Amino acid sequence: MRFSGWRILREGLSGNKGWQPHWRDAEPKAEYDAIIIGGGGHGLSTAYYLAKEHGMTNIAVIEKGYLGGGNVGRNTTIVRANYFLDGNSQFYSHSLKLWENLEQDLNYNVMLSQRGQLMLCHSDGQRDAYARRGNSIVGQGDDAELLDVDGVRKIAPYLDFENTRFPIYGGLLQKRAGTARHDAVAWGYARGASERGVDLIQQCEVTGIDIENGVVRGVQTTRGAIRAKKVGIVVAGRSGQVAAMAGMRLPVESHVLQAFVTEGLKPVIDNVISFGMGHFYISQSDKGGLVFGGDLDFYASYASRGNLPMVEHVMEAGMTLMPMIGKAKVLRSWGGIMDMTPDGSPIIDKTETEGLFVNCGWCYGGFKAVPGSGNSFAHLMATGNHHTPAEKFRLDRFRTGRGLMDEEGTGAQHNLH
Amino acid sequence: MRIPCPLCGPRDRREFYYKGAALDCPDPEAGAQAWDDYVHLRENPAGVTRDLWQHEAGCGAWIVVTRNTVSHEVLGAVLAREAVL
Repeated sequence: MRFSGWRILREGLSGNKGWQPHWRDAEPKAEYDAIIIGGGGHGLSTAYYLAKEHGMTNIAVIEKGYLGGGNVGRNTTIVRANYFLDGNSQFYSHSLKLWENLEQDLNYNVMLSQRGQLMLCHSDGQRDAYARRGNSIVGQGDDAELLDVDGVRKIAPYLDFENTRFPIYGGLLQKRAGTARHDAVAWGYARGASERGVDLIQQCEVTGIDIENGVVRGVQTTRGAIRAKKVGIVVAGRSGQVAAMAGMRLPVESHVLQAFVTEGLKPVIDNVISFGMGHFYISQSDKGGLVFGGDLDFYASYASRGNLPMVEHVMEAGMTLMPMIGKAKVLRSWGGIMDMTPDGSPIIDKTETEGLFVNCGWCYGGFKAVPGSGNSFAHLMATGNHHTPAEKFRLDRFRTGRGLMDEEGTGAQHNLH
Repeated sequence: MRIPCPLCGPRDRREFYYKGAALDCPDPEAGAQAWDDYVHLRENPAGVTRDLWQHEAGCGAWIVVTRNTVSHEVLGAVLAREAVL
């Protein structure tokens, strides 16, 4: 089934009775060439690129819940490539390029909206740092534009420019950044993978990883044992538990990150805007809700819901930046489980077990990485070689201290990111 | 979330700074592997855990809190210097 304008018109005129399920709900086979544990955005995109770019179609994605039921359906949908450090910058640049061609590639409307992301600065020092970051982004071939106060006023006149404590000095704008429809990304990759023969197995929890003489042999699941030559762990906040099945401990601590959405409003915020003096960022969804978030709750958690102190902090930061949102009613808030690494950057690597690979540590930035992560992880699983855009995401960088990617410059410790 | 400071009694979470998993600090000469374990690698349990907090906006004591990471239930706290890790 292919989507097209013509198809939508025809279905609209015939009662929308011709639509088919987007993917097969597969039963597990006894053996696969490769198994992906985790049917979220990263797992599904890995399966898609394994099938499409490496011809590996005898593979399965194993998901304990339902496809796209985790963080890919719980995030604030922001897509951007304005990282500074070597390692991160080329990876997110690669990922944004995949985003830009994703709808054509998947024949699926992921509603990518390149509405621009504006990072605000509030001091001379911060403006200098943004100039440097912008130059670095431009230098690698992506776009960045340093705006003065008047430039910011043109696109966001409602900000509190004269705020006594945090006056706005300007901002760094990336026009190619924006938002996408989060669920559609998971569905589009699931459909693309399923069409190419990948088995998507839901309601199937991995309970063990079979390893013989240092070589992975398959997995144990709630629906029986499945043999596999290669296994990839892509389970975000649950990385610690699944890695433990292979006798590993990861440099990952799971934390809760909250997000919020208001009632639907008329269009008011055209871009993605982030506050530079407190952790707060906001955009407006296509339905009109203001979607915003802030920092972690800052304690280890698997609760998928946070506590009030961070709710208060995020609301305060929002009111400081744009007092107009005070009249909007918050419709709901929720939390996602983030796999936090000590330096705040991800891991895509082999493990000490032959055939076992790990993709984790996306911290609070996993959504924008979905295409790039799957693309690079598929390359690693298929060829055994690190993919150039993700070659710095090594598991051993914490032990050796070489290649740490601490974007915030706060230190490579668990409680600092 | 309220945390029962052994010195001050139950206090709001806002008064506390979270450090991370409560682990036994290795000997300075224990080697790179032991220090990597201590600084980076985590059990990261979904369930009952023990972590290190400081009553930063209170008495300043470092405490080990026993807590459930799934329900956020706080089960107890002892002074870090008295905790057996």
